[in-house]
Amino acid sequence: MKPFEIVETPIDTQKYADYVLHAGAGAVTIFTGNVREWTHGVRTLYLAYEAYIPMAEKKLAEIGAEMEEKWPGVKVAIVHRIGELQISDIAVLIAVSSSHRKAAYEANEYAIERIKEVVPIWKKEIWEDGEEWIGAQKRYPGEGKLSN
Amino acid sequence: MIKVHYFARLRELTGKSEEIIDQESLTVQQLLDWAEDTYPGFGKDMIHVAVNEEYALKEDVVESGDVCAFIPPVSGG
Repeated sequence: MKPFEIVETPIDTQKYADYVLHAGAGAVTIFTGNVREWTHGVRTLYLAYEAYIPMAEKKLAEIGAEMEEKWPGVKVAIVHRIGELQISDIAVLIAVSSSHRKAAYEANEYAIERIKEVVPIWKKEIWEDGEEWIGAQKRYPGEGKLSN
Repeated sequence: MIKVHYFARLRELTGKSEEIIDQESLTVQQLLDWAEDTYPGFGKDMIHVAVNEEYALKEDVVESGDVCAFIPPVSGG
């Protein structure tokens, strides 16, 4: 495994938990984002993810570096799965260890927010009666680079 | 020669995942304008461009040999 990676196979949670665990870690937080069946009354059959893989892995590593800067001492692993995912499959996993729990919780939440902002990964929802690529950006931010 | 990548909605719209553009130099804005002209409905106002795997500004210049990617709104997680 790589600490920041895009994979096409099911995510093995233990592997990433083991990677961040060390003798100085008093806390490990694991976040998993899973495929949800119902969204606002619409039933999802499955999701299809794709990524610009080299850039996505680079951006995940940059998020990890941001976390280490904001919460010194944390150790991080982030993995996102692409391809067709079924209900309850893990799409993304963020593992963070730190000496105390507060940093592990905070850094973990920071990571998912940043992933949704800057990492080139796309989700398509496939419903019973249609499909759509999902995305939240509304305009081109000409006043600064998205990576900042 | 500038290589461009298309992803997600844009890959479906263009019917291709990448192509080579025969240009020596153009700005990101010009690249977006070219895409909109070539593929109606491209939606350039909501699309970022990455140059060599880094987000670029509209005034940045793309040179021959660069690898660009059109980045529609991301939705990981």
